[in-house]
Amino acid sequence: MTAEINTRLLVEILTARRDDFLAQWTRTIGDDLQGRLSLAELGHELGELYEAVLKAISIGGLDGRGEHFGEARSLLIELSRNRARQGFTPTETARSVFALKEVLEPSLAGEAASAQAYLQFARLLDDLGLLTTEAYVRTREEIISSQAEQLLELSTPVVKLWDGVVGVPLVGTLDSARTQVVMEKLLQTLVDTDSTHAIIDITGVPTVDTQVAQHLLKTVVAARMMGARCIISGIRPQIAQTIVALGIEFGDIPTNSSLADALRQALKEIALETEDDVKGLL
Amino acid sequence: MKDFGAAGVTAEAIPVANSSDVVSARQTVRNLSQRSGMSLVHQTKLVTAASELGRNMLIYGGGGVVRVAAVTDGGRSGIFVEFRDQGPGIGDIELAMTDGWTSGNGMGLGLSGAKRLVDEFDIETGPSGTTVRIVKWGR
Amino acid sequence: MTERVPVLKIGETLLVSIQTDLEDQMVMDLQEDLSNRIVDTGAKGVVIDISALEIVDSFVGRMLATNASISRVLGAETIVVGMRPAVAMTLVELGLSLNGVRTALNLERGLKLLRRLGAERA
Repeated sequence: MTAEINTRLLVEILTARRDDFLAQWTRTIGDDLQGRLSLAELGHELGELYEAVLKAISIGGLDGRGEHFGEARSLLIELSRNRARQGFTPTETARSVFALKEVLEPSLAGEAASAQAYLQFARLLDDLGLLTTEAYVRTREEIISSQAEQLLELSTPVVKLWDGVVGVPLVGTLDSARTQVVMEKLLQTLVDTDSTHAIIDITGVPTVDTQVAQHLLKTVVAARMMGARCIISGIRPQIAQTIVALGIEFGDIPTNSSLADALRQALKEIALETEDDVKGLL
Repeated sequence: MKDFGAAGVTAEAIPVANSSDVVSARQTVRNLSQRSGMSLVHQTKLVTAASELGRNMLIYGGGGVVRVAAVTDGGRSGIFVEFRDQGPGIGDIELAMTDGWTSGNGMGLGLSGAKRLVDEFDIETGPSGTTVRIVKWGR
Repeated sequence: MTERVPVLKIGETLLVSIQTDLEDQMVMDLQEDLSNRIVDTGAKGVVIDISALEIVDSFVGRMLATNASISRVLGAETIVVGMRPAVAMTLVELGLSLNGVRTALNLERGLKLLRRLGAERA
C-alpha cells in the first residue's frame, strides 16, 4: 500500500516540477563536466531520460529491473556508451544519474511521508547508476579489443616485392594469435596476386623459440599445399645459434640470411619457369 | 570442460545415420559459426573437426545425434558441438587419441586431429556409448 | 544413388573440378572413377581443382594423397590446384601435409606444370 502511495507522490512531484528539476539536473552535471559537453545537448539527453523514467514509474512502479524500464535502460546504455567513447570517466558517467538525487533531496527529504518516497527513488537511481557503469565498462572493453585487432592488422603488412613474389617483414615478438593473422594474410595475398613465392623476413624478430619455429614451419607447409613456395630470410647469427642449440628441426624450410638473397632465389626459380614458357614447351 | 548443458535448450539437433547426414551436420555447424561472426579460418577448423567427429561417430558408434549451439562465456562467444552415440564405446581412450592410430581405414587423425582444431575438447566413453563435446571460441 | 563428380578429358589430361560439398561415398567413387579413366584414356596427367571446397578433412586429404600415388603407378601425374588458405591452414593443424602430392595455385598454373613435367619426361 505505502509503496503505491509513494509512487503516486513521486509521479506527482516529478510531473509538477518537471522543468525546474530538469534545469537543476542539467546544471549540476554541466558544472561537473566543465563544458566538455554543450548544455543544449546535455539538456536534450537528460530530458529524454527524465521522461522515460517518469513514464516507467507511473506505469509499473519503482522496480528498475522490471520490463517497464526497458526504454529508460536502453537510453542509459546509449548515454554510457557515448560517454565512454568521448573519453569521460566512469565516475562522471555514473554521476549523470546520481546527480538527480541531489536535485530531489531538498524537495522530498524534509517531511516524513515524502522521505520514504525519496529513499525508494534513491534506490532506483542506484540501480540505474550501476547500469551505466556496467555499460561503460563493456564499451571500453569493446574499444580495447577492436584496437588490439587493428594493431594486429597494422603490424603485418604483406607487400608485393616483384611479379610473383610477396613478402612480409615480421617485427617484434610472435605469439600464436599474431602468427595466425600473418599466415592468413600472407596465404590470401598469394591467391589474390597469383604469386608463387612468399618471403617471410624475420630480421625484426628478437628471439625464435620452438613455438615460433613451429609456426613458421606450418606456414611453409600450408603455402606448399596451395602450390606456392615460402622462404624464410633475415636469420641473424644469434638466432641461428639458438635454433641449433634448441635442437629445432627446421627441416626443409628454405632459408636465407638476407632478404636480398631470398628475393634473388625466388626470382631465379620464377625465371626458370618462364624460360620453359618462352622455349615453347608450354 | 565447462558445462554447456544449459545451452542445449537452444541447440539444433541433427540425427546422423548415414554419410549425407554428416554433411548436413557440418553444414549446420558452418551456418551457425558464420552467423556468430567467427573468422573464416576458425570456421574452417571447426567445421573440419565436426566432419572428423561426425564420421567417427557414424563408423565406430553406428550413428547418433549431433547438437550444435551458440554459447557465451564471459566476454567471448563461440560454438559448442556435441556428438553422442550409443555404440560400444572406445576401449583404450589414450590409444585412440594418439596420432596415426586407427582401428578403421582412416588416417588415424580423427580424434587427435579434431582436438587440435578446437579450443575445448571433452570425451566420455563407456559400454553404453561415447559423447564428444567441443567448443571453438570466436574471432 | 549419390551424385558423382564428373571427370572430363582434355587431350591427355583428365580434369576434375569438385564443386559440391563431398559425401564420403562420392569421395570413394571419385577415386575409383579416376583410376578407371586413366587406364581407359591413357591420360598422362590429372588436375583436381578444389578451389570450391570449403573444407578438406582427413578423409578427402587421404583420397588426394592416395590418388596421386595410384595415378603415378598408372603413368599419370596428379596436380591438386586451388586449395584455399583457410583449408591449407586447417590441414596443417590436423596433421596432414600431403607430401608427395604436387600442387599449384590455380587451374592455369596446374596445367602449365603438367606440360612442363610432360616435357621433362619426353
